[in-house]
Amino acid sequence: MTTNTRYKNRPVKAEDGEEKEYVGFATLPNQVHRKSVKKGFDFTLMVAGESGLGKSTLVNSLFLTDLHKDRKLLNAEERIHQTVEITKHTVDIEEKGVKLKLTIVDTPGFGDAVNNTECWKPITDYIDQQFEQYFRDESGLNRKNIQDNRVHCCLYFIPPFGHGLRPVDVEFMKALQDKVNVVPLISKADCLTPTEIRKMKDRVREEIEKFGIKVYQFPDCDSDEDEEFKQQDRELKESTPFAVIGSNTVVEARGQRVRGRLYPWGIVEVENQSHCDFVKLRNMLIRTHMHDLKDITCDVHYENYRAQCIQQMTSKLTQDNRVESPIPILQLSTPDVETEKLIKMKDEELRRMQEMLQKMQQQMHEQDL
Amino acid sequence: MWGSTLLGYVGIDTIIEQMRKKTMKTGFDFNIMVVGQSGLGKSTLVNTLFKSQVSRRSSGWSRDDKIPKTVEIKSVSHVIEEGGVKMKLTVIDTPGFGDQINNENCWEPISKYINEQYEKFLKEEVNIARKKRIPDTRVHCCLYFISPTGHSLRQLDVEFMKHLGRAVNIIPVIAKADTLTPEEKTEFKQRVRKELEVCGIEFYPQKEFDEDMEDKSDNDKIREAMPFAVVGSDKEYQVNGKRVLGRKTAWGIVEVENPNHCEFSLLRDFLIRSHLQDLKEVTHNIHYETYRAKRLNDNGGLHPISSSSDTQESNL
Repeated sequence: MTTNTRYKNRPVKAEDGEEKEYVGFATLPNQVHRKSVKKGFDFTLMVAGESGLGKSTLVNSLFLTDLHKDRKLLNAEERIHQTVEITKHTVDIEEKGVKLKLTIVDTPGFGDAVNNTECWKPITDYIDQQFEQYFRDESGLNRKNIQDNRVHCCLYFIPPFGHGLRPVDVEFMKALQDKVNVVPLISKADCLTPTEIRKMKDRVREEIEKFGIKVYQFPDCDSDEDEEFKQQDRELKESTPFAVIGSNTVVEARGQRVRGRLYPWGIVEVENQSHCDFVKLRNMLIRTHMHDLKDITCDVHYENYRAQCIQQMTSKLTQDNRVESPIPILQLSTPDVETEKLIKMKDEELRRMQEMLQKMQQQMHEQDL
Repeated sequence: MWGSTLLGYVGIDTIIEQMRKKTMKTGFDFNIMVVGQSGLGKSTLVNTLFKSQVSRRSSGWSRDDKIPKTVEIKSVSHVIEEGGVKMKLTVIDTPGFGDQINNENCWEPISKYINEQYEKFLKEEVNIARKKRIPDTRVHCCLYFISPTGHSLRQLDVEFMKHLGRAVNIIPVIAKADTLTPEEKTEFKQRVRKELEVCGIEFYPQKEFDEDMEDKSDNDKIREAMPFAVVGSDKEYQVNGKRVLGRKTAWGIVEVENPNHCEFSLLRDFLIRSHLQDLKEVTHNIHYETYRAKRLNDNGGLHPISSSSDTQESNL
């Protein structure tokens, strides 16, 4: 009707208050959502810890896949000369139309040798390499299809057999705290009684504070969230580090088929909250904090790396006394010959323009005099 | 038939009773060493084995303690009595083993300790005025605790057992076995046994020391079942109207002495009820003799032993 046509053409005036028109950008989150769903997500998860702590089993349980079907376990003799390796498995998972490209980075050999000095070095090197590659891609000329292989989260498995953190645990987490989100877990928690789990968690929390280790902190939830959510959030924070159990087998418990472990004295159910914190971990990792983990990786860890890198580069440049170009041209070797030629051409152009500018400035100056 | 037939009852068989009475009066020593990474339940297991608080449980490294930089040797003795028989039990703990980042040669302090005890005994033995009963501090048995990863032995395990297998009786046990399901347990044990074989490691009871066919068949059965997967506990719970030692979890109670749950009772029977004496004998007749022979060959610093050395009385 006429009122409608009137409304369409009227401009929005902030002072109007109640008569503010509905513009429609409140649908923006939905649009973003739709676009991301089309694009799909990617997530890189690293698992680290000594062998035999159930890392692969836990990953299989978390993502309900079987990533390590044909894995061959090495015996002690074969492992004598093994150094820490980095292996990657990528799997595409789809659920309700949302695609996830999940990459699991495994670190076999970590902590298994008699002498484990600096056994985390291959791991920190790998993380740095991913950052470096992303940095190169980001600063490059063709940024359409950047692949993000940066490690978003590192699950660190603490053995339940000790009395808390061991020297190797402390050293590892300190080496990685500024490069990746470290989430410590108490593995194979089914060998601990509830009291022992509590004690272990308290000890680990104490020691993390004592040694000043920066593990991943859950962000505080907004004050306008409802009470139930806040309560859940509090519980989550208080039960870290999570005590987890994984299983590759399905057992019959209480009339249902569940993932679990069958012992002569009882059945451990992986998804039973009173048995272990697996559900909390899964919720945190996948359902509530996946995006936050990615954000922190991009905004904090990657930016730290990038700032460091640039600092190193600029200090090198000024040392060499070269002309500072406005575009940060990387000193790293570019594999692509075409892009190198392009960069050289642009370089030349810039130089010529600068020379012309200087000449013009001189001329103007002379004219003024 | 052995020797000549007796024409009547002489009473030779009463010597067993006489020996028994004497042993009860003098009592005997037993020295057991426990080796393994911190937190594997060593002290709890020893307390469970001997049903008394003979080993102080470490609650881990308190705020002011630090993990010892080298392996320490701590020995604690208790006298326990059962059925009129007194036993002086010494538990030798080895805190710090395998806990560092760099564990190279962490078995050396242990090896040194074991040899020092042999040396002490040797010195007493070659004395002109010897004590009637030489105090025996030699390690009769070394329980080595394997971490229940479910995969295979760790390098450190292999290194330790290789270095010390020839100097002391090593009994490997799989610690905290309540983390393995029955299938995992069987697989793990098989893999561990195979690895030990491949590396040439002989654990007690060693095949080469089986004296006769009866021994061999008994010991074969035991060797097939080793390493025992054990669980220790000093807490009691009510199960089916009985009080049992166990561990209570949200999904059930692990009963320590239930053979369906873990092999603790097998270990206990083997270690204490059937092979306790044999452990001491093998230590004295074989390991100690090996050490002694080596010492006498290496340097003539000791007095040569008189020719009646082949009738060595056992100091038990």
